[in-house]
Amino acid sequence: MISYIVKRALQSVLVLLAVGFVAFGMFRFIGDPIDNMLGQERTDADIERLREILGLNDPFLVQYWNFLKGALQGDMGVSFRQGRPALDIILDRLPATLELAMVSATFAMVVGIFLGIYTAINRKGPITNFILTTSLIGVSLPTFLIGILLIYLFAVELKWLPSFGRGDVVPVGDWWTTGLLTASGLKSLILPAITLGLYQMTLIMRLVRSEMSEVLRQDYIRFARARGLKERAINFRHAVKNTLIPVITVAGLQIGSIIAFSIITETVFQWPGVGLLFIDSVQFVDIPVMASYLMMISVMFVGINFIVDMAYLAIDPRLRGGKGGN
Amino acid sequence: MDSVKRAFDSDLAWSFRHSPVAILSATVALLLILAAVCAPLIAPYNPFDPASLNLMNGFSRPMEPNAFTGDSFLLGTDDQGRDVLSTILYGMRISLFVGFAAVVFAMIIGVVAGLVAAYAGGRVDAIIMRIADVQLTFPSILVAMLIFGIAKGFTPVHLRDQMAIWVLIISIGLSDWVQFARVVRGAALVEKSKEYVEAAILIGRGPIAIIFRHILPNVLSPVLVIATISLALAIIAEATLSFLGVGAPPTRPSLGTLIRIGQGYLFSGEWWILLFPSLTLLLLALSVNLLGDWLRDALNPKLGD
Repeated sequence: MISYIVKRALQSVLVLLAVGFVAFGMFRFIGDPIDNMLGQERTDADIERLREILGLNDPFLVQYWNFLKGALQGDMGVSFRQGRPALDIILDRLPATLELAMVSATFAMVVGIFLGIYTAINRKGPITNFILTTSLIGVSLPTFLIGILLIYLFAVELKWLPSFGRGDVVPVGDWWTTGLLTASGLKSLILPAITLGLYQMTLIMRLVRSEMSEVLRQDYIRFARARGLKERAINFRHAVKNTLIPVITVAGLQIGSIIAFSIITETVFQWPGVGLLFIDSVQFVDIPVMASYLMMISVMFVGINFIVDMAYLAIDPRLRGGKGGN
Repeated sequence: MDSVKRAFDSDLAWSFRHSPVAILSATVALLLILAAVCAPLIAPYNPFDPASLNLMNGFSRPMEPNAFTGDSFLLGTDDQGRDVLSTILYGMRISLFVGFAAVVFAMIIGVVAGLVAAYAGGRVDAIIMRIADVQLTFPSILVAMLIFGIAKGFTPVHLRDQMAIWVLIISIGLSDWVQFARVVRGAALVEKSKEYVEAAILIGRGPIAIIFRHILPNVLSPVLVIATISLALAIIAEATLSFLGVGAPPTRPSLGTLIRIGQGYLFSGEWWILLFPSLTLLLLALSVNLLGDWLRDALNPKLGD
């Protein structure tokens, strides 16, 4: 078991090193940092001196090592566009994205589990059919079209909700700002959160539905029914509990994709988070910001994957013995 | 003639004839593809020929004569007086071209990687599949955006608009090869242990001939299914990237670029600039998607996980 944990940890580190290598490659080979830092009136001596100072004359692997050391200390270079440290810019924008992601994930979990249980218990019927058909169409629609559709309905036609931005935000602590405490902030959150969470919601719903249908066919449910337990007690005391374990692990894995897909939602709703920042940086080829975003998101993904694997290990005893699963 | 009859009598054709969804979606998809291919012949205007544009025609409503020029456009015009129907037809060409090319690119990489991994085994297999695992950790649209950003960084500034389409194809293709590789590897591992491969080795055929002449034809049916599903995904990925402004440039707009342009007129009431490209994209993605679903059920191969 310990060897499995160590193996997974080493794998995670290797992935991060590989991503770091890509990020480093972006710095090193796209655009010349000297060009960005020195003006027109430069001499060869200036260039040589700066190359020496920046360590560009060092062997490749030494440069990579120094880059990793810098990255670990939070030094990811200065944004070409804004002239501020890339990591600072990202940290400024991070609260907006994390808040959106958390609200979307909660929405997806709560509504997805509820609809999944409902459609599993009532296998046929007009409401179930309606939910399943709508979810099928919803999955086929590209995220940005759903966002535009919601904007059209609730912002243009009904004028109930704002169509862009984050509303008023209030600072919490040193660097966190929240929109969860103001009325306009909450109103601005609704449409983006639904847009972002819809896909995950349908995913969780289908998963809960199939897991629950499976559980409801098990012997212990039939025995519970034979014992004369009420349907409600069978469904909620016995069946749901055994349905939720796989759901929670899948939901955990989905948090990563929610953060990645927030790029699209944030662009549609002009939500001032890291996703919008990333798209801007791709458009303007702002390498330090792109690389920092890449590093940040990979740390998140690799971390989440590692935690989920460890959670599997805790939940499923079969993985603990002998050969660790792959 | 014989082979036509055989194809008509096959299980696949039978399943097709008995699935209304498959017939409908295939018809819609074929019509759209045909319309896109024939765009220069059937489009009322050439939206990229500045000589045929008249700024006075800007913002014409669908099927109503323009207040200044009296010209009438079936689906209206955009801000520059470009006929929306024509931009959609030409835009669909780009969307479909990028989609098909990206899938072919992903398929070539994936199939070769999967076959090599399965046949070589050992360390080669481990390395290829480890790279695939790492890439699978990240959502493919994110991978595509990153590759797009990096490739854009490498392209000289004055070539960026011209190269954007090719960069799109490469980034979507590279983000999608893993599916092919995994399925082909799985299928090829099964084939590899069969007797005909042993026989081929015994009569002295080289590994390349065995991989491509003998194993490849036997693993093609799951590849076909994944290619169809990937096509729908690639069309949506292209539209998403272009919508985000990191795809096809406004000078050569795809459906996604058109939706991006149309979104700007959502509040000012020019709904047709947004609605018609969105509907076209929806129809295209949905029909290809349903076709893929049907194909998967009809061929029913055991598709990875």
